Amino acid sequence: MSARDEILATIRQALHQGDDATRRAAVEARLRNTPRGIVPARGQGDRGQQVATFVDEAQRVQASVTQVATAQDIPAEIARYLRSQNLPLTARMGSDPRLSALDWSAAQLEITQGRSNGDDLNGISHAFAGIAETGTVCLLSGAANPTTLNFLPDNHIVVLNQSDLVGDLESAWSRLRQLYGKGQLPRTVNLISGPSRSADIEQQLLLGAHGPRRLHIVLVTD
Amino acid sequence: MSLHSTTPQFKDNAHHALHDAQLQKALGNVRNNFVERRASAAARLPEFDALRDSARAIKDHVLAHLDLYLERYEAQVVAQGGKVHFARSAQEACDEIVAICKAHGAKSVTKGKSMVSEEIGLNAAIEAAGMEAVETDLGEYIIQLRGETPSHIIAPAVHLNKEQVEEDFRRVHTHLPIDRDLTQPETLLSEARGILRAKFLGADIGITGANFLVAETGSSIIVTNEGNGDLTQILPRVHIVVASLEKIVPTLDDAAQIMRVLARSATGQDMTVYSTISTGPRRPGDVDGPEHYHVVLVDNGRSRMIGSEFEEMLRCIRCGACMNHCPVYHAVGGHAYGWVYPGPMGAVLTPSLIGVEEGGQLPNASTFCGRCESVCPVHIPLPKLMRHWREREFERHLNPALQRYGLRLWAFIARHELVYRLLTAIAMPILAWLGRKSGRFSHLPLAGGWTQYRDMPAPQGKTFQEQWRAKGGRCS
Repeated sequence: MSARDEILATIRQALHQGDDATRRAAVEARLRNTPRGIVPARGQGDRGQQVATFVDEAQRVQASVTQVATAQDIPAEIARYLRSQNLPLTARMGSDPRLSALDWSAAQLEITQGRSNGDDLNGISHAFAGIAETGTVCLLSGAANPTTLNFLPDNHIVVLNQSDLVGDLESAWSRLRQLYGKGQLPRTVNLISGPSRSADIEQQLLLGAHGPRRLHIVLVTD
Repeated sequence: MSLHSTTPQFKDNAHHALHDAQLQKALGNVRNNFVERRASAAARLPEFDALRDSARAIKDHVLAHLDLYLERYEAQVVAQGGKVHFARSAQEACDEIVAICKAHGAKSVTKGKSMVSEEIGLNAAIEAAGMEAVETDLGEYIIQLRGETPSHIIAPAVHLNKEQVEEDFRRVHTHLPIDRDLTQPETLLSEARGILRAKFLGADIGITGANFLVAETGSSIIVTNEGNGDLTQILPRVHIVVASLEKIVPTLDDAAQIMRVLARSATGQDMTVYSTISTGPRRPGDVDGPEHYHVVLVDNGRSRMIGSEFEEMLRCIRCGACMNHCPVYHAVGGHAYGWVYPGPMGAVLTPSLIGVEEGGQLPNASTFCGRCESVCPVHIPLPKLMRHWREREFERHLNPALQRYGLRLWAFIARHELVYRLLTAIAMPILAWLGRKSGRFSHLPLAGGWTQYRDMPAPQGKTFQEQWRAKGGRCS
């Protein structure tokens, strides 16, 4: 017997209760209905409350957040942020049309496009969603926002539209199912809450372990 | 290939640990930090206890339908372009992984933190096959340099102090300037970051564990803080996930329920910095990500636990809260336990996976204070399960003759009320008289093991039963 068949047979034998149809029906129902469990109240409320919760929670985990009125304000805000951190006005980004459409040179930003190979100081991504409950940004892999930009640059700047802000993880799952179809996902879904960190040496918390040392979120009211 | 244990020498290990000044200093970090952080994270979320109940219910549901969810999970992985390999034993799991590495002509393998890879002894297998295996979690990297195993399931180097890490870095990173400053955790981290960055970019294969395997989508989910698990899986051509069977959850919604209690119970974070959902290999049009995606599902004794009195242990989500709150772990650290999994969860799991003959000492390494059960996010009755192992050990005549004789004698006395009353009525006044001066005994015949580390309070006069009767059987 193959390892697979033997393992499944051992489990079946231990679970055998005579009525497999009921068990199968329970599994099918759960996968079909994807019931929501307990959703914390923290991320709920009207749009204003959700924005406030998102900003609070993101800052609690050492991300910085700036709000801008429209997409046109994004390049200037990113330039301001890079200057404030004494960083050069260069950045790498994917082919996301929401980012490509902006006038970066007007803000004196030098932009290169494509995945990161580890030699970029600053990366810019557009988030798929933000989650108020924990101040988390959700990013999807693809040429528009390559996953390497989320991890290799020292400084990661994430643009998030306020209309993409949801209260909780479950609402982010719903949006993913809507976009990709049930049971389907892009190769990588990154849920990011603050910059990289480690407490492996004497339990002392340090930022910038292997991933970005800084995470800056630009929240666009639009 | 699975890791060799020193569990039968638990008593010697513990004795040694208690006299290890470096270790005792480092263990202070466990006692002081983890407990407080978990408590404040739990207090900040009013729904925390309800979420623990929810997490337990999900895990129980999965275990009752595990065969069906495994089939569905496998079908979904395949539909997304990945491949699933089942492994009955540690050896089979290592063989599968080494075969995948060889098929891709690999020379260098990077690894994210994975306890099941420790369990199966994966690094040794990869190295024996002529490839380099590099641990990339900072704590794991440090202990790999030292040739050690993790002493904690989420903080593998928690037994070390920064001076020890400096010594190791100076010993191994000999290409760096000798006069560099490595006195601070910051400089140590920065040096490791630089060295491991090159390893990430040069690796042929990336191996990660999984916190969840999602049947709905065929995805694996890892939760990490450093980002090493992500660099491990997105840069090489091949991503291999190694995970044990019970990591399955039905849906993303179920994963969300458990994620809400996992990080809070572990480090006191609301959520880890990176929660990453990986599904299959890169898609057409993607510019990064692995070209191949394999999952190696490890049984290694778990399927036999289903339907047994130890089934509840399979709910474990590896948060480490039980060891963070354990007075025995606080005193001796993780290495004394002698195998992969320390603390209360290890005391239950180790005999299940390597046998009670080898691991039977561990269920005895508990005061049964119950803190582990009280903080367990999935309500595993750890003291009860340890008691089951003690019973099995006794049934199988595995404990020493003197201990067995003593237990038998005690059982006889406890079951015969007259004998019990007679003996206590004689013993209590004598002990009370003998101890009348100091109120305590620092030595007692036949109880040297007990009084070696603490004093026995002297009885105050009447026995409990006499007092109970005098009060007419009332509590006050």
